[in-house]
Amino acid sequence: MKNTLRQVFHSSKFVAGFVIFVAIILMMIIYPLFNPGNPLEQIGVGTFAKPGTYVSLYDAARTKTDTLRLPDAADNRIAAALTDEDRVAMVEWFTLMGADISDLDTADTDAMIELWHETYDPTARPKGMTNAKINYYKRLNNAIMDLGAADTITIAEYNDEGVLEESKTILDTDYVNTKNVANVKTLPLGTDNFGRDVLKELVSATGTSIRIGLIAGIVATVIGLTFGLLAGYVGGWLDDIIMFITNIFTVIPSFVLLILITYSLGQEQRGAAVVATVIGFTSWTWTARSVRSQVISLRNRDHVNLSKLSGHSLVRIVVMDILPYIASYVVMAFILQVSSGILAEAQLSLLGLGPKTTQVPTLGLMMNWAMLYSAHTNGSWWAYFPVILIITLISFSLNLMNTGLDQVFNPTLRD
Amino acid sequence: MSEMEKARAQTDFSDKPLCLSGRGVTKVFGFGDKKTVAVDHVDFDFHEGEFVSIVGESGSGKTTLSKMLLGLSNQTEGEILFQGKPRDIGTGRKKREYWKGIQAIFQDPFSSFNTFQKVDAVLLDCINMRGGKHLSKQEKTDMMTEACNFVNLKFAELTNKYPFELSGGQMQRLMIARIFLLKPKILLADEPTSMVDACSRATILDMLLNLRDETGMTVIFITHDIGLAYYISDTVYIMEHGKFVEFGKADEVILEPKAAYTKRLISDVPKIHEEWDLSTVDLKQDA
Repeated sequence: MKNTLRQVFHSSKFVAGFVIFVAIILMMIIYPLFNPGNPLEQIGVGTFAKPGTYVSLYDAARTKTDTLRLPDAADNRIAAALTDEDRVAMVEWFTLMGADISDLDTADTDAMIELWHETYDPTARPKGMTNAKINYYKRLNNAIMDLGAADTITIAEYNDEGVLEESKTILDTDYVNTKNVANVKTLPLGTDNFGRDVLKELVSATGTSIRIGLIAGIVATVIGLTFGLLAGYVGGWLDDIIMFITNIFTVIPSFVLLILITYSLGQEQRGAAVVATVIGFTSWTWTARSVRSQVISLRNRDHVNLSKLSGHSLVRIVVMDILPYIASYVVMAFILQVSSGILAEAQLSLLGLGPKTTQVPTLGLMMNWAMLYSAHTNGSWWAYFPVILIITLISFSLNLMNTGLDQVFNPTLRD
Repeated sequence: MSEMEKARAQTDFSDKPLCLSGRGVTKVFGFGDKKTVAVDHVDFDFHEGEFVSIVGESGSGKTTLSKMLLGLSNQTEGEILFQGKPRDIGTGRKKREYWKGIQAIFQDPFSSFNTFQKVDAVLLDCINMRGGKHLSKQEKTDMMTEACNFVNLKFAELTNKYPFELSGGQMQRLMIARIFLLKPKILLADEPTSMVDACSRATILDMLLNLRDETGMTVIFITHDIGLAYYISDTVYIMEHGKFVEFGKADEVILEPKAAYTKRLISDVPKIHEEWDLSTVDLKQDA
């Protein structure tokens, strides 16, 4: 046993898979310690806030300021005010107005603004342009005119008599240290369509999905192992019946079965554990078949015959004389079942047949939400890409471990 | 040749009580075109204390017959009688009772052991099976030590060892120790010496003979080596294509063979066998 374990941990493939998997598990355990709370809490109003650090403007305005005179502050300010979309729209306008844009660099903000002042005519109505677009250009012009127009921002508050009274003036050289601002929130992966912290949700979803995979794996392995052992060892009519059932389950695509069962359960009945059990219930056939074939080759071995002659019961022979010989095989099958359980949950949830959406996030549900709110078409990559990455990593690490185990237990595969 | 006879008890077994006998025992595998008759209506009478050899080539049905004798598979036709009464092994309980009376040593010692269990467990099982569950640890150890001594093994060296840590010869001797503890009425030895070296072979055969002499059990020795059968057994059954073509006392069958198959088997024995001087082999010393 100790020797086998040592061998297993000398397989580079197994160790690589194991390290990835343990890293994911550790993230699952450690991250909530630093960022506790309900992963489904809607902290943002509106959908898909970009990843980044959010500083409270309210608090920043009331924070003690320091004066910094940075040489490129004004340029940065103008550059940040013109988004990439604005720049594309400006070039479009220039083209319509027939300006020479052959050597214009869209990243050169000064040149862009200079050309804009030259070409923009508020009365112009280019052919085929919608009113909305014309209004957009008006707003853009106002924004460009505002740039650098004022050096200060004045903050006024209502005093006791309800009259606006200037309370503070913010200069363009005023800076606050983010450490002094009362509320700063870093959202490494932004928010999703419901305004939830994606990273927090992802960590929680990873945990749920691995749990679903484990339950599905255990259910599938227990059913498959029991059927395989009985069919293989007892044989005869029991074998015929079990193999008949197994063949039926094999012939019907398990995913179709899965969809039908989950659909018929209804939204209210579908908790994470129920979905996991259903997945396990439809994926045991492979284990049953392979265990059966292994047991058939074992049941006529001399040590089994000898055990029979020693008067041992069926249960004892199966548990003591057959199970240890196929244990490595069963462990490998179990790992594969966990991996395919996680994938099956993701597939089901993507179709909207996953666990009910109000209780726990799962990896599949996160993908489903991202898809329903068109994250993939509006460029909100943070809502689905990390999820895909985690699913891939889990499945990759489990399969890597499985291959590593296979090489240890199946010497013909050793390279 | 006369020296060899000392290995055999010069007893006439025909008047001893019957231990195991068969009437028209048949085993058929498959059906229709794929039908194979492995054992074809064989009759046999094994007496108490008799050392019987069943000799035949590979595929003659020896092992199939032994599986049926052990009750590990059922005969398609015919009847097996145990101690003169029809054998009843319909239920698990009756089977377990039957196996107290008949035990086996298999061909391959390496696959006879569960590699996940320590060797003491095998011997402890035997003590428990003989109703020694209540015995104290010391008594059990004594019994196991005695059994190991019988087969020239040191029990102290075996404890806490796994089967794969032993040599093939040691494993096969341990199997005999197991039989020594169980003391069944019948021992079925299915080519117990074919997987071990020549030196261990003589030791093992000697131990089987000792076991028979000490406990008076019937030994059914299955082999493809007719020379070995002649050397060791009282009675020889020659099996060809699932049938007994000839049987009788070892001397009669081997020295005056009647069936063509027996003659062929005897002529097939390698020449070197004839030049062996078995009188110089002292089995006791080997052990």
